[in-house]
Amino acid sequence: MKRLCIIAAGALLIAAPAFAADDTITIGMTVSQTGSLNVDSVAQLKGSELWRDEVNDAGGIKVGDKHYKIRFVEYDDQSQGSRVQQLYTRLIVQDHAEYLFSPYSSGLTATAAVISEQYGKVMVIAGGAEGKIFQLGNKYLFQAITSADHYLSGAIQALKEKTSHADIAFVYSDDPFSKAVVEAARKQAAEAGFKEVLVETYPASTTDFSPIINKIISSKADTFMGGGHYPDGATLARQLYDQKAGLKWVSILVAPDSPKFASLGPAATGITVPSQWEPGVTYKPDFGPTPAAFAKDFEAKEKVGVDYHAASGYIVGLLLQHAMEQAGSIEPDKVAEELNKLEVTTFFGRYKIATDAQNHGLQIAHQMVLAQWQMKDGKLDLQMVWPDAAKTANPLYPIN
Amino acid sequence: MIGLLASIVDGLLVGSVYGLAAMGISLIWGVMDVINLTHGAMIVAGMFGLYLLVNDAGFPVYAALPPVLIAGLLVGIALYWIAVHRMIGRPPLMSLLSTFSVNLVLIGLGTAQWGTVLFNVQVSLPGLSLGRYTFPGTHIMAAVLTAVIAGVLYLFLFHTRPGKAVRAVSGNREAAELVGIPTTRVLALAFGLGVALAGVSGMLIGTLFPFTVLSGDAYQLKSFVVTVLGGLGNPTGALIGGLALGLFEGLSTPFMPVSWTLVFEFVLFVVVLIAFPGGLLNLRWPRRAG
Amino acid sequence: MILRRPFFWIVALVIVLFAVAPTIGNNVELRESLLLAAVYITLASNLNLMLGYTGYVNFGSIVFFGLGGYFCVYFISALGWGLAPAALVGGAAVSAFALLFGLGILRLRGAYFALATIGVNEAVMAFVTNFTPWGGGTGIYLSTALFLPLGGPARALWTIYYILVGVMGVSLYLSYFIKISKFGLGLLAIGQNEDAAAVLGVPTPRYKALAYCVSAFLPAVAGGLYFFKGAFIQPTDAFDLQFSTEAIVIAMLGGQGTVMGPALGAYLYEQLRGWLLTSDTFANFQLVIAGVLLLIIVLFAPGGLMGWLYGRWPRLKKVLE
Repeated sequence: MKRLCIIAAGALLIAAPAFAADDTITIGMTVSQTGSLNVDSVAQLKGSELWRDEVNDAGGIKVGDKHYKIRFVEYDDQSQGSRVQQLYTRLIVQDHAEYLFSPYSSGLTATAAVISEQYGKVMVIAGGAEGKIFQLGNKYLFQAITSADHYLSGAIQALKEKTSHADIAFVYSDDPFSKAVVEAARKQAAEAGFKEVLVETYPASTTDFSPIINKIISSKADTFMGGGHYPDGATLARQLYDQKAGLKWVSILVAPDSPKFASLGPAATGITVPSQWEPGVTYKPDFGPTPAAFAKDFEAKEKVGVDYHAASGYIVGLLLQHAMEQAGSIEPDKVAEELNKLEVTTFFGRYKIATDAQNHGLQIAHQMVLAQWQMKDGKLDLQMVWPDAAKTANPLYPIN
Repeated sequence: MIGLLASIVDGLLVGSVYGLAAMGISLIWGVMDVINLTHGAMIVAGMFGLYLLVNDAGFPVYAALPPVLIAGLLVGIALYWIAVHRMIGRPPLMSLLSTFSVNLVLIGLGTAQWGTVLFNVQVSLPGLSLGRYTFPGTHIMAAVLTAVIAGVLYLFLFHTRPGKAVRAVSGNREAAELVGIPTTRVLALAFGLGVALAGVSGMLIGTLFPFTVLSGDAYQLKSFVVTVLGGLGNPTGALIGGLALGLFEGLSTPFMPVSWTLVFEFVLFVVVLIAFPGGLLNLRWPRRAG
Repeated sequence: MILRRPFFWIVALVIVLFAVAPTIGNNVELRESLLLAAVYITLASNLNLMLGYTGYVNFGSIVFFGLGGYFCVYFISALGWGLAPAALVGGAAVSAFALLFGLGILRLRGAYFALATIGVNEAVMAFVTNFTPWGGGTGIYLSTALFLPLGGPARALWTIYYILVGVMGVSLYLSYFIKISKFGLGLLAIGQNEDAAAVLGVPTPRYKALAYCVSAFLPAVAGGLYFFKGAFIQPTDAFDLQFSTEAIVIAMLGGQGTVMGPALGAYLYEQLRGWLLTSDTFANFQLVIAGVLLLIIVLFAPGGLMGWLYGRWPRLKKVLE
């Protein structure tokens, strides 16, 4: 009898996925639940989950005259590329994921994109900014966030409004994302008439930046641009302060955008960060929630501050939903066609992708904002300082 | 010129802490021929000890040192009995693997508990300024405390009975046994000391840089490089090796891209292992018999 | 005659199973899982040549895999070579590199050697991160067009899988033939007592260097295939120390010094890991369980699974290796 029960249970387990098929759309993704990328990756996931819950509470996506609920299947990629491919294959083949969301970070997204293309699945990308991913002849990748090339454009523009002369030290992590950002930024800085006095990379796992900071001081730089992801960015900020580098302007990638950055106290003051999105932006969406509504719903549900990772996680879901609704179908090819044509504004900003074979999928309409930590009435807050249309405070320059 | 000097001094300051970390490995290696691969996890434990004591229990930062030291000692003794005792006398591979497996378990539990979030302990100490360059107060304090601990260790090993017992066992275990020294207990003590050193160095590193559960790995590797430079089994050598590494990092960064420092460090590591197995300093402490 | 030994047929059976099982129902998920198992078996088997036979622990054996991957991917993307020549030449290049390095570090014994292999891996990783022709820290991306000569991505994945199964099979046979050869006898003698072996006439430095060099070739080829399949290689993935420590766990788990041991250990470990990875409760406990497993083996059963099997059923020694 016991054996019979076990066999029956086994049969049910095997048959179960098949039952889920009909009025559900399965979206697969990996999340860095562990590893160095975990802070940002989990934030991105929470954004996606908010979207999924709102859609399901409203009865599902309406496509034609059917309603589809959304089901996520996600695994932990441990911030490592080696598992990403196996997991995405599993998502496609075993979990029957019909659509895919990217992991977090350019490196992992590149690895996942290969699988996505090999199996012909549509992947909407929230966490991968590097442009190279889109130059390999893909047909099913769609980037929702600003690509790496433009990350520091805003910082350079904002700086140019404050001064015509700057000696910039570019110090960045040796990873695909940071490298792409800084290489583009160097060109843009040169075009703006700024001088580069130091260009250095460091291994992503570096913990001691004092030798580099001494080098920055020796180079007589007055501006810093660079960083990488959270751990190194936070340490850089702290050590720049401890060693009294005395810079007039500091732009660090990714790290200062996290609410946790405030724990650095005085070391955080004046640091600017390019951001894909901030709660105070004033975009008027063609569909979906307004920036304020999204921020409010997210904070009410998650009880933590909202940041651009969460917003990007939400927007990939929203864009996919919109494409399905417009196409009137959940067929990947039709949805892909729609995503190719789409040119819209959402709470996240504008969306339009490149459709030429060279760069298919690259985001070309979305813009970054620049945020800066400023002390107001004794409290440290992240203010938007650029562009003018989006700002909540004037940029502080020089910051010391 | 001042820039170079600043780099060198700062390198020495931080290097001393690396030396402290390496002393833990060196001591254990010298006394019982065991390579302690839980070293990284113990450094992380020291970091978290600092964080919990300062942020949750409100200790003043440097007052966390004694509790971490004592906890390290106790944990080390426990670890000895769990993973190392049965491996004494067996090929070094076995103790390598047993300590390695304990490391996996500890790091796994750590990530399950704290994820890989970055932790930061705010320490504000006035620094010393020299022209445009500043030596952070935390670096100076860490170097001072390292010197103090190294001094205390020296006093312990050379001027107390248990300390002399440790040196005796390290020199010749059978002979020590013959003169009535309870060698097993001494080995446990030595292991505890090694772990305590790792924990304390972790605590000091925690005052300098932010850390995650995974930070231990990088410092463990650095500890190995330093230990080899200073001569395996030679704690004084380890301290000097740490200073040497710090010096090297300080000297090289002004002249070459920072990303090449690691290449040179590891190449140096391999070369010293092959060509100078006694370390660059060749100090002897004490003579090993067989 | 070799064909009469049952072990020869056991390995052949394993290869056939690997090749045929995923084709039933076009089971791509199984193929991916078996592919990883084949890679682990290749790594553990070749590691065993040093670890199990000579007793030298190559903690940084992943360096062969990573370098092989880099050579192969570079040849294909920058020089336009085909997959077979790229992988094979890559393997040969890495073997040459191993021979060169081996001459240096094989002078060391025991733990010193183990540490030196870690140093080599880290030095190579740090170097490649700075080496711009190989993409530096960013790595090399392969465009999907490069899969066209193999019939497009979907077919290419199958072809690469079969080749990897072949590489795995060759590794197992190689391990076996070395074990029953005079060379292997010499290696085992070194493992027992190196100085005695030297005194008795075993040319220890030459044998060790040869074993080290040989143990590099197949992992390098496997690396080339693996990273070509993934269409992306970067230093942190290629030289991941965790991978080689897993190989050690596997070799110990299965039974070092035996031929079947690494294969058995790799298969079991891969299944365990795959299950742990996707199980909700245990996803974070993977490292813990791997650690506990290893600790138990080292403390109580250093002969691994095969050692335990041989202990219970000594007659198996005639059939398995």
